[in-house]
Amino acid sequence: MTAEELLAIAESERQAKQQLKYCVHVCSSTGCASSNSEAVAAALQQHVKEAGLQQAVQVNMVGCMGLCALGPLVEIEQVQVQGGAPPTTVLYQSVTPADAPEIVSGLVSGQAVQRLRLETDDPFFTRQTKVVLAQAGRIDPERLEDYVADRGYQAVFKALTDMTPAEVIEEVTKSGLRGRGGGGYPTGLKWNTVAKVQSDQKYLICNADEGDPGAFMDRSILESNPHLVIEGMIIGAYAVGASKGYVYVRAEYPLAVKRMKQAIRQAERAGFLGQNICGADFSFNVEIRLGAGAFVCGEETALMASIEGRRGTPRPRPPYPAASGLWGKPTLINNVETFANVPGIILDGGEAYARVGTEKSKGTKIFALTGKINHTGLIEVPMGVTLREIIYEIGGGIPDGRKFKAVQTGGPSGGCIPEQFLDTPVDYESLSALGSIMGSGGMIVIDDSSSMIDVAKYFMEFSKEESCGKCVPCRVGTAQMYDLLCKFSAGQATEFDLRLLEDLCDLVKNTSLCGLGQTAPNPVISTLKYFRDEYLAKIKKPEEAFGVASTQAEHPIEEASQ
Amino acid sequence: MSAQDKPRFATLWLDGCSGCHMSFLDMDEWLLDLAGQVEVVYSPLVDAKEFPDNVDITLIEGAVASREDIEKLLKIRARTKTLIAFGDCAVTANVPSMRNPFGLEAVMKQVYLDSNAIQPQVPTVTVPELLDRVVPVHRIVKVDVYIPGCPPSAATIKSVVSELLAGKKPDVMALTRFGA
Amino acid sequence: MSPVPITAEPVKTFKIDGQDVSARETESILQAARAHNIDIPTLCHLEGLSSTGACRLCMVEIKGSNKLLPACVTRVQEGIEVVTNSERLVKYRRMIMELIFSERNHVCAVCVVNGHCELQSTAQKLGMDHVRYPYLNPQLDVDASHERFAIDHNRCILCTRCVRVCDEIETAHTWDVMGRGIGSKVITDFNQPWGESETCTRCGKCVNVCPTGALFEKGKSVAEMAKQRQFLPYLVSRREAMIE
Repeated sequence: MTAEELLAIAESERQAKQQLKYCVHVCSSTGCASSNSEAVAAALQQHVKEAGLQQAVQVNMVGCMGLCALGPLVEIEQVQVQGGAPPTTVLYQSVTPADAPEIVSGLVSGQAVQRLRLETDDPFFTRQTKVVLAQAGRIDPERLEDYVADRGYQAVFKALTDMTPAEVIEEVTKSGLRGRGGGGYPTGLKWNTVAKVQSDQKYLICNADEGDPGAFMDRSILESNPHLVIEGMIIGAYAVGASKGYVYVRAEYPLAVKRMKQAIRQAERAGFLGQNICGADFSFNVEIRLGAGAFVCGEETALMASIEGRRGTPRPRPPYPAASGLWGKPTLINNVETFANVPGIILDGGEAYARVGTEKSKGTKIFALTGKINHTGLIEVPMGVTLREIIYEIGGGIPDGRKFKAVQTGGPSGGCIPEQFLDTPVDYESLSALGSIMGSGGMIVIDDSSSMIDVAKYFMEFSKEESCGKCVPCRVGTAQMYDLLCKFSAGQATEFDLRLLEDLCDLVKNTSLCGLGQTAPNPVISTLKYFRDEYLAKIKKPEEAFGVASTQAEHPIEEASQ
Repeated sequence: MSAQDKPRFATLWLDGCSGCHMSFLDMDEWLLDLAGQVEVVYSPLVDAKEFPDNVDITLIEGAVASREDIEKLLKIRARTKTLIAFGDCAVTANVPSMRNPFGLEAVMKQVYLDSNAIQPQVPTVTVPELLDRVVPVHRIVKVDVYIPGCPPSAATIKSVVSELLAGKKPDVMALTRFGA
Repeated sequence: MSPVPITAEPVKTFKIDGQDVSARETESILQAARAHNIDIPTLCHLEGLSSTGACRLCMVEIKGSNKLLPACVTRVQEGIEVVTNSERLVKYRRMIMELIFSERNHVCAVCVVNGHCELQSTAQKLGMDHVRYPYLNPQLDVDASHERFAIDHNRCILCTRCVRVCDEIETAHTWDVMGRGIGSKVITDFNQPWGESETCTRCGKCVNVCPTGALFEKGKSVAEMAKQRQFLPYLVSRREAMIE
């Protein structure tokens, strides 16, 4: 495909759309699909047909619009507007197939269905800054043309025809983009390292093994806009000199897998993947590899072992993947959201990108808001926004009149953040200073009905179940910590158990082989730091814990520390 | 040295095979020295019914397997200055703990019901209630010195006890190991 | 005596516990330390097999860095100052030993390798006189289906030496690991009884590299089973010589 052909497709898509009066967007992402959005779309389609409106109204399946709690969401976009006024949109919530006739007759009369209407001037919508998710919920993720019509693949053309690989890396470096998988490693630096290594073969991997409980950012991107990720991967491959790419996605994401597969086929047919892409001397192919449900395979060395067909366990680093990755070859591995940021950086420039965010954390970040919060869903905010803004304004606060207690960021690898730090700006450094991490973007809100010991226990059970079992501190340490937390939860713990627990946190954090183990104690460490009283309240005197009558003990009845 | 000035010495036998006490007796003629240095106030080897107050050193053989064991330990800990886990059963729960993976119920059923055709019943009268899991002594009370070994050799026991009587802290792991 | 043979390979000089040492640049900190008679405890590592960095006993400090590094897989570097025995490392090593002992059912008194066991001797060397963590006491099997050997999973510490020696030296790859986390288990073939394995060559290398009594020869009574390791460096050196 040439640049002219690309622009021609974009133009014809625009013209075709101008023939319409309304575009009806029905969310087809996993959240809304699970509340029957497919039937809603079918019913709308049916009634549009019955009303003879096929020429004027198009019903599209689109990706995630964000407010998953109120799905299925349907957006009515008014394409032709009388008197040159800007096009308007109306958003409907919790739509059922039975609402279809009313919605369609509203299109005829020009009257919105008020009872279904969701106000889009709510802070949930107005306080977000959508960069990566700009097209999510607006384009049909199963149509390449939809993506192309909205500047899609122009960044690939720009990079491959106007820029050298070094210039691409320079632009990414300038943008200040950092790894969105949680580590926050500067993307430009990583690309540069891989680019500098001499090798006959290099690989690129898109890490889509999102596994934190309550996190669905990557799934939503893949479901809503797979071509954006592919475009980012092509640019990355060009920059570092990789000819083969893999998307490692968990098999539990069937819709994301289906759409990604479809998008790869479309991109191949259009010549964005394959030999001599865009006429340049650059070839790149992408394959999908399905994860079989191990959280640890999100760790890059375990992920690569899994792609190679071996048991998914991590190995010590160095060597880092940049030097010796997949099959021992230099490998660039980035997260879905990181790649999804790249096309925008290439099109609009790194400097423009860096205008959003804080000094050290640039751009936006997608979060999955879950737990005890009114607006459960997917949001994108500029780095530096405070937790309070996210939870109380965008998130709509805590339901059922309950009180906020803490927010867990970074899932099982992160920590809880209590109320006194709600005004902390969300960026990599601030969150780690509080003992949590940015993580990949899961944000679980906890209200005052929850015990923080139970929260820590929940995450420890997760880490224990997901430990690969290779290194001793993680394999046995997480099991012992989980047992100790159960004792606290049951009110059977002693002072000595508290000391054992704290010692184990220290050991597992500092001696585990990979990130899973090194971060597994974080939920315990942070709850011990901010909610120590809850632990102390559960401690029993040993004779109570052993269920025997209290004795006239003169010596402390507990074990020595060594 | 009069009896009042001598350190008060005791030994206790919980869930174990008494091998550690046998090894203690293997100290042979040094036992006479020891008898001169300490006053033995309680032991399965002497005829004292009640564990006394103000004991300086207590050697505990055996793992903790019953509720009675816990009660004994709590009482003895309160009345002892230096409490010693004596032998692998006291230190690790050792052989008595080999029933732990199966659970108490399964073990009782196997021993008293399935393999006793004449009068199958689980004893409940006049015997102490067993714990579901056998645990080492330090899971119940603070232990001051650990002497691993199955059993610890007479030389090890002699060395540790004489160091303690001399007011020193013995380097036990230079003398013995688990299973020794 | 210089432990560094005359070779074209560049040599690095650095310090271990204040002592000036040198090693070939491809050597690990562990190899360099052992060549200079500096003891760093290990359980998963065995000279002649690949290193996995799994047991974490050989963690050392490098001055100027807060991060601990496994000596078995960390290459030597010019000018570094390695600390093998800080208070923190001693504490961590002891805790790791306690965790290993707490994981399965290690009853030295009734073990076939009592007195010849690396787990036992390492515990003694590190002064681990008791285990503070509750014993997990899992219920695990013994597979005695093989005519010559048996595996008692109660004594396995998942060091994977058997897996590596079978794969890398015998190249039969009978052994592997299944399950994950605390539920991990070494298996023969696809978790079939060892005696029914179609790939096992009955060479016994796995038995001899096993650091504990998990793998043993049948017919040996308690404390009788001593492991023979001389074959490993010999086979490795012969193989290297053949490749050259």
